[in-house]
Amino acid sequence: MRLYIAVAAGGFRRYATYRVATFAGVFTNTVFGYIMAYTYMALWDQRPRLGGYDLPEALTYVWLGQALLATCAMMGGGFESELIERIRTGDVAVDLYRPADLQLWWLAVDLGRAAFHLLGRGIVPMVLGSFVFELALPADPLTWLAFLVAVTLGVVVSFAIRFLVALSAFWLMDGAGAAQMALLAGLFFSGMLLPLPVFPGALGEVAAVLPWSSLLQIPADVLLGKHTGWDLAAAYAFQAGWAVALLAAGRVLQSVATRRVVVQGG
Amino acid sequence: MSTEGADAGDAGDAEDGFIELDGVEKVFDVRRRARGGAGAGAGGEARGGARRGIGRLRREKHQVRAVDGISFRVPRGEMVGYIGPNGAGKSTTIKMLTGILTPSGGRLSVAGIDPSRERTRLARHIGVVFGQRTTLWWDLPLIDSYRLMHRMYRIPDARFRANLERCVELLDLAELLDVPVRQLSLGQRMRGDIAAALLHDPAILYLDEPTIGLDVISKAKVRDFLRNLNAERGTTVLLTTHDLTDIEQLCKRVMVIDHGRLLYDGGLAGLHEIGRSERTLVVDLEQELPPIELPGARPVRTEGPRQWLAFPATESAAPLVARIAADYPLVDLSVREPDIETVIAKMYVDRSAV
Amino acid sequence: MESRAEGASAETSADLPERWIPRSSRRAAVRDGLRAYGLIVAMWVRSTMTYRASFVMTALGNFAVTAFDFVTILLMFAHVDSLGGYALPEIAFLYGTSATAFGLADLLLGPMGRLGSRVRDGTLDTLLLRPVPVLAQVAADRFALRRVGRLGQGVLVLVYSLAALDLDWTPVRVLMLPMMVISGAVIFGAVFVAGAAFQFWAQDASEVQNSFTYGGQTLLQYPPTVFSKDLVRGVTFVVPLAFVNWMPALYVLGREDPLGLPDAVAFLPPLVAVVCCALAGLAWRAGLRAYRSTGS
Repeated sequence: MRLYIAVAAGGFRRYATYRVATFAGVFTNTVFGYIMAYTYMALWDQRPRLGGYDLPEALTYVWLGQALLATCAMMGGGFESELIERIRTGDVAVDLYRPADLQLWWLAVDLGRAAFHLLGRGIVPMVLGSFVFELALPADPLTWLAFLVAVTLGVVVSFAIRFLVALSAFWLMDGAGAAQMALLAGLFFSGMLLPLPVFPGALGEVAAVLPWSSLLQIPADVLLGKHTGWDLAAAYAFQAGWAVALLAAGRVLQSVATRRVVVQGG
Repeated sequence: MSTEGADAGDAGDAEDGFIELDGVEKVFDVRRRARGGAGAGAGGEARGGARRGIGRLRREKHQVRAVDGISFRVPRGEMVGYIGPNGAGKSTTIKMLTGILTPSGGRLSVAGIDPSRERTRLARHIGVVFGQRTTLWWDLPLIDSYRLMHRMYRIPDARFRANLERCVELLDLAELLDVPVRQLSLGQRMRGDIAAALLHDPAILYLDEPTIGLDVISKAKVRDFLRNLNAERGTTVLLTTHDLTDIEQLCKRVMVIDHGRLLYDGGLAGLHEIGRSERTLVVDLEQELPPIELPGARPVRTEGPRQWLAFPATESAAPLVARIAADYPLVDLSVREPDIETVIAKMYVDRSAV
Repeated sequence: MESRAEGASAETSADLPERWIPRSSRRAAVRDGLRAYGLIVAMWVRSTMTYRASFVMTALGNFAVTAFDFVTILLMFAHVDSLGGYALPEIAFLYGTSATAFGLADLLLGPMGRLGSRVRDGTLDTLLLRPVPVLAQVAADRFALRRVGRLGQGVLVLVYSLAALDLDWTPVRVLMLPMMVISGAVIFGAVFVAGAAFQFWAQDASEVQNSFTYGGQTLLQYPPTVFSKDLVRGVTFVVPLAFVNWMPALYVLGREDPLGLPDAVAFLPPLVAVVCCALAGLAWRAGLRAYRSTGS
């Protein structure tokens, strides 16, 4: 356990060194936040209770999306490109013989990264957004805590998906195709484009039960106080269920891949 | 500056200074905190300068003299080694000679051209090979990279064909032309890179670590080719390398740079003298013995019955040999000439001790 | 013959600062640059085609990701009939012109955003050793044909909007269309060049550039009435993105300009494009000069 904490700290520190990149990312998130906020205002101006959100809630949703875009790696961009590269070059054989577990190792790295992105790229755009727009931020610290739990679970689900994607590189020529499909699905089904309840008809219902809703939709609803009491527990259970299922799938794939590497002699 | 009017292209008359540097300086402003490296780019150079100039520094902007007043002349057709430790200012010099960097002071002329003012014109007259950085197209057959050079440098068809043919023959590239570059071995790729740098008939070739990472056979091939190029084409070659065998086998003249200053400029033999170097006597005894102690000799190493003794290169070995033969159970002995590596290492040590 | 002429010019230009370039040779530099750009792009296209399947997939992916912007608009229109007072075909027209202009610039100059990484790892130096303008080489560097995906979806939406719009296509309006797309692409291209020039100083800041390029084109996909007047003023007078499509498109659509500027503004894009190019060129030159004096 101590090892993985150290690994996570390493992941945090590594992203913390890219100071200019972090600043540039905050800038971009803020610009996109402004643009999207105005389009949402135009939309909610005509449909004031669209998807069950009022305007301040909808605007909060916009800025949360920007805050969590990097944190939950909705457009990819975490450990996976590095892992894919290691698989491609065969360096992964070294990792597999390490005493540390491959999946847990990278999970720790990714949690460290996510923690940095939440602090470094999440807070500032949110604050800047709240200067200009009226947001529906909760006053109760417990709601914030509940939100953090949901974000953490979201990061784990996101990791589990990206881990599967990265492992596909063992079988596919290059992982680019799988990564791309994952990116498309992540952007669309996380609720990054519009909140999932706004999706028309069956599309919205399907999107709500897919794992990607754990990345943005659920954490946002938790922060906006849409899930309380048993409903909150159910939301967590939904996220945790996907996390466990996807991590388990990752383990299966990992052991198959390990056998493959061992058979080929690395 | 006698080369003002010299034509860079095909002028055959050997000028005194084909490459001329006159008090050339390059000063970088470095903003850096007390802790941590300078980062990418010229970081290597900067570190060397910082060590020399400022020592312990605060978190302020300060100046680093990567090249600190270098002057030399290289006549046309000469092959010169340019050596020094990492961060000595070697690649900063090369970057100024190729026009990539603008010097902060001094005068510079290459083939009669001021590199920083007329970089693109100069580019037609120079070829550059970076040992660790290929300019070939990774995914395409080798020949495609050459065809690009053909068109980018606007090399006349006949000349391109002739040059390519020659390179293919001498560098053994015939089998490789249709192979994607990513499939070439390091040695094959290096030969490919050298050919790419020569298709436009440059009068000057800069080589940066051309044999790094190559196996013995590839190294030999590359050296043979360069020797031939210099002898038959009269191409002026400036070579930076860590492998001093390159220098020993190719260059009559060598320049040593450290901390942005020229430490030595002359022949290889002179370098040995300057280094006040020592020769080594290798002695094989009948059995293991404590290190031999004799006046005028210095024990360097002991390995079982074999011992190494250093003595001044200016002295004759004969008296020393006689003494050892008289006092010790001698089986065999040999005298080793100082290798250049040791000489240069000694030079750096001597200098930083000053 | 040729080398003799060069020798002569060397004597006269030796005492002149590099900035002084005779007009004829400047024109030659542009010609050389375009030619080199074409040569290098051709190499990248051939490299791409060695992985044909991968290319098809990434091009489709590029198409799909960028089309999400329009999908968002369609999702919005599942709930409303107009946004900011604009109907779907009108917004599609704004979207189509913005995405097509940007798609062109992105295809032709998009890779310039990677200049920072070339500066960081020192590979920019190899480009400075070639006898062709660096700008052309950087512009063509890692030319990514898959970006036709973005251009393709922009063109598709534009075609849809032209079919769906009920407009009186006067000759002026018809001519406005290519004028908008070309000027818009040039304006975006200038932003790419200026952004790349900025990376000579700040190598990790490529994402700031994205705010102006990708962010700018997202902004222009919506009607100006959606945004605050200050924002509209900003992209009209500070970063003149409004001239990519808003100003001319409002004229084509017969809409009122929210800033109340005269109609003539609709015809300014070519002029704005030229000014942007000049400014970007200056920024590029300053950046390259800074690089060559610092080496990093």
